[in-house]
Amino acid sequence: MSAWPGKNRDMSGSGERRIVVSIRNAAKSYLRGSQVVPVLEDISFDIEQGEFLALMGPSGSGKSTLLNLIAGIDSADRGSIVVDGVDIATLGERELADWRAAHVGFIFQFYNLIPVLTAFENVELPLLLTPLNRRERREHVEAALEVVGLADRMEHYPSQLSGGQQQRVAIARAVVSDPSILVADEPTGDLDRVSAGDILGLMARLNKDFGKTIIMVTHDPRAAEKAHIVRHLEKGVLSDVPS
Amino acid sequence: MFLLKLLSRNALRHRLRTGLTILGITIAILAFGLLRTVITAWYAGVNASSAARLISRNAISLTFSLPISYLERIRQVEGVKSVSYANWFGGVYISEKNFFPNFAIEPKSYFELYPEFVLSPEVNRAFVTDRKGCVAGRKLAERFGWKVGDNITLKGTMFPGTWEFVLRGIYRGAEQSTDENQFFFHWDYLNETLKKTSPRRADQIGVIILGLKNPQTAAETSLAVDARFKNSLAETLTETEKAFQLSFVSMTEAIVVAIRIVSFMVIIIIMAVVANTMAMTARERIGEYAIFKAMGFRGYYIAGMVFGESLFIAMTGCAIGIALTFPVAAKFGEVMGAFFPVFRVERSTLYLDVAFCLIVGLVAGIFPSWRAVRIGIADGLRRIG
Repeated sequence: MSAWPGKNRDMSGSGERRIVVSIRNAAKSYLRGSQVVPVLEDISFDIEQGEFLALMGPSGSGKSTLLNLIAGIDSADRGSIVVDGVDIATLGERELADWRAAHVGFIFQFYNLIPVLTAFENVELPLLLTPLNRRERREHVEAALEVVGLADRMEHYPSQLSGGQQQRVAIARAVVSDPSILVADEPTGDLDRVSAGDILGLMARLNKDFGKTIIMVTHDPRAAEKAHIVRHLEKGVLSDVPS
Repeated sequence: MFLLKLLSRNALRHRLRTGLTILGITIAILAFGLLRTVITAWYAGVNASSAARLISRNAISLTFSLPISYLERIRQVEGVKSVSYANWFGGVYISEKNFFPNFAIEPKSYFELYPEFVLSPEVNRAFVTDRKGCVAGRKLAERFGWKVGDNITLKGTMFPGTWEFVLRGIYRGAEQSTDENQFFFHWDYLNETLKKTSPRRADQIGVIILGLKNPQTAAETSLAVDARFKNSLAETLTETEKAFQLSFVSMTEAIVVAIRIVSFMVIIIIMAVVANTMAMTARERIGEYAIFKAMGFRGYYIAGMVFGESLFIAMTGCAIGIALTFPVAAKFGEVMGAFFPVFRVERSTLYLDVAFCLIVGLVAGIFPSWRAVRIGIADGLRRIG
């Protein structure tokens, strides 16, 4: 594994950006009792490497479900989702777990740090699934925490950090293994305005400086402003062309 | 290493709940250990019995005696190396609560047949030569603060009157399992007094102890002894010392079975308690397990966290329980020494403690880990917030 960050950055210099996520005719529905409730219908779009995409839409529009499909934590009823050349619908549970570990970084609304682990240990978690030795892991974790500006809080537990700082640790955890895509579900939804601004700034920097492909679900128009492309979902259907 | 760190911290996340669960396991292991030790103590006499000794008694019942004249006839039976005899005396020291087993014995031959009661030759000689002399076990002497040369008075129950003795020696057990709570005195002293007070009871003995030349001939020798007294006024029943001891235990078999059942029930109850703790724990952490799975951790790692925590709690309680079993058993043995002269925690009990705690930890973790492994990531994440 190359040193973090930037392994997955397009360094070809060709100017053409490759497609990192390709969704074709994806559909998803849930069973509520005996009733089938469609959540996503015939979704097709591509995401290029290094793109910062915001998915917006009202509650229940299916944006988090779409994010889950892209991240491989839920499966589509039909259609294909190809991420970094791999049709994830064809992967078994174990392969999918390995694939997520290598290709996806998660940023959640409620940070979802493990409360009994320090910031350092939380960030180290994804690296436990890599062949890195202890010293190499330490280097990666320190670099990631440095990037998010928390190098001095490594030994703090989540309860000793503010919401914004916890989300920074979560971002460091998401990027430490240098995944192909970062998926963020309402990353600023639980933060005050200032902290939200900081987090969005950090994400924009990861996208710009380190070439990270980011797919973000948000309700917040200010958050969406940071994205290159904004797509809207209405009742499970992409309602517009990219803006 | 990371997993160990994680599961130990997880286990201590709800300190009160974990502490109470560990306390429950500790008490269960303590109770189990003590109950098992009570059962072991119950069988102590059986376990300490020698294969090289036979006991001959009246075939009707132990409460009926045998004439002393049988002794020489038994000595002539093929396979018999030596004989001795004893009477259960049933004397009381000061008050009935001070119970201990006391026997009238033939002093020379008895200790030759019971080498596990260790007496120095000088002490033995002093005891044999003093008709009113007696010998007490080390624990018994410690219990009442007796010293060699002390006068000891017993009140007879089966043999009424006041019986005075001079303590001529204190024996030690050759093994840890040897009973050191017994009291021996001269059968001649008893017999001579009976000749004066109730002559019909004189020249009678309770049991005859036979030393065998070869323990393998026990069955033939028993049959030969009993055949010799067939159709006499006092027929004999001769059996191995182990069978003789077991006949006492079998009278209380129902109690032993009840204790055994209770000891297992304790384990089952604590298994339910730990399972409940782990079920609560897993339910609370479903969101965290979903995060681990989202990051790419496979099911076995999640199951390892649940099982590890369950085993951590169970084995911590087990270790504390075992550590406490020894001092508590020692105290229990001290208080109940009259009833359980040998009260020792057996190694097999400790193995059972550890085995049961492993089973408790594993069984308690099955359902929660199954739930944790099966939970869908999206479902698990929805439970956070």
